[in-house]
Amino acid sequence: MAYPTDRKYTKEHEWIQANGNSATIGITDYAQESLGDIVFVDVPKVGAELAAGKTFGTVESVKAVSDLFSPATGTVTEVNADLATSPEKVNKDPHGSWMVKMSLKNPGELDSLLSAADYEKFVAEEAGH
Amino acid sequence: MSSVEATSAIRKTALNAVHRQMGAKMVEFNGWEMPVEYPASIGCGIINEHMAVRTGVGIFDVSHMGDIRLAGPQALAAVQNISMNDASKLSVGQAQYSAMLYPNGTFVDDVIVHRLGEDEYMLVINAGTREKDFNWVRDNTREFDCTVENLSDDFTQIAIQGPKAVDVLQKLTGADLRKVKFYWVTRGKLCGLSNILMGRTGYTAEDGFEIYIPSDEATSARVWNEILAVGKEFNVVPCGLGARNTLRLEGKLPLYGHEISDTINVWEAGLDRFCKMEKQDFVGKNALEKAKAAGLKRTLVGLEMTERGIARDGYKVQDHSGREIGYVTSGSPAPFLKKNIALAYVPPEFSEVGTMVKVEIRGQGAAAVVVPTPFYKRPKK
Repeated sequence: MAYPTDRKYTKEHEWIQANGNSATIGITDYAQESLGDIVFVDVPKVGAELAAGKTFGTVESVKAVSDLFSPATGTVTEVNADLATSPEKVNKDPHGSWMVKMSLKNPGELDSLLSAADYEKFVAEEAGH
Repeated sequence: MSSVEATSAIRKTALNAVHRQMGAKMVEFNGWEMPVEYPASIGCGIINEHMAVRTGVGIFDVSHMGDIRLAGPQALAAVQNISMNDASKLSVGQAQYSAMLYPNGTFVDDVIVHRLGEDEYMLVINAGTREKDFNWVRDNTREFDCTVENLSDDFTQIAIQGPKAVDVLQKLTGADLRKVKFYWVTRGKLCGLSNILMGRTGYTAEDGFEIYIPSDEATSARVWNEILAVGKEFNVVPCGLGARNTLRLEGKLPLYGHEISDTINVWEAGLDRFCKMEKQDFVGKNALEKAKAAGLKRTLVGLEMTERGIARDGYKVQDHSGREIGYVTSGSPAPFLKKNIALAYVPPEFSEVGTMVKVEIRGQGAAAVVVPTPFYKRPKK
């Protein structure tokens, strides 16, 4: 799968798509593939503060529980309520099924994240080792 | 996200290359590299694999399971000494669920005892306890006139499970499988191989068979692929350990290290009906008599989450006030039942069906209710 170039990636397998001072967050195709059938997505409510690199929620597959790490610092402005009842959408369309939207405290933070090409290289190494 | 770490000590079944070729996700389980699930691109994934077994048929490589053969004039007496069920009730060709116990009444392992001949028995044991079990059997049967052999590496064991399992396997053997009752075995030609042991047993709470074929890679791969080929018309899928776990959990079948272990006794685990206290002495019997007289301190119950959240192995169970009362031994979403279920040890006063409890999930108590078990029972034909 090609990773969209309109966003940045973390080594914990989240993606973040920024638009000015706001951004959308989800998990990558590699993440959904590794987890398997996703059955539960738990994210904080609107207004919650997220800190870059810190856990902010949980995604669970039948077999595994995995923390979500925030790619950036800011405040939750919207939650994808659809995923509470249809978490399997993350498997079907990981790069379209966003989890939260946030306002960014410091958009410059995203500069240190991986580009699509770098992320692809990173997961190729992780899968191969 | 964790990745699979390869270690030099990890063991592989004869079907390892086949699993990899099919794109299975491989994980370490009890020292074995095993498929946990097959890819979505071939219609698999834990949920699809689970549903295939409930409604059609799925096949599992369970070669990591061990096999111990006891044979000789006193084989029955030897089995009786180490097994809590009554093997004297078995006819030739019949099998029974049982367990081997320590002198204190806790579990060495659970086993399926097969009576293969007049004086010949085979115990099928768990992967993680293979060496321990074999040593235990050997050490506790020394006074009996019988041989004890570890046949664990001699077989590739494949489980064909689901309501259509009999139809699939029947296409590959001359033995009349419809005549083989649940927990009975037969022998016959299978895929051109002679005298293959086929038992109507499994670990999915579904009808099905487990077959024992020679463990060389070529034969193992050929039989595996032939089952998949003739099973196509029944939409057979390969299944990994993930579905094996959710299937056994729905059926409340115990897993060593979870519902049963060397710190849990037979009464706590609720396996009374497989423990025959009326038979002659067996290892663990005295301690179980005392434990029965002393009364239960905890008991295994089924839980269903009534609030959002998934109970997982090791999570704490609380009473309504938040006081810790027990722990989850196995917890998961149940793909067929479409509920979040768990097995847990709690004090007997919390074991009545309908009792409200909480499961601590990431620091928060989520409501659950004690429900009847097994969670799933296959429909009677």
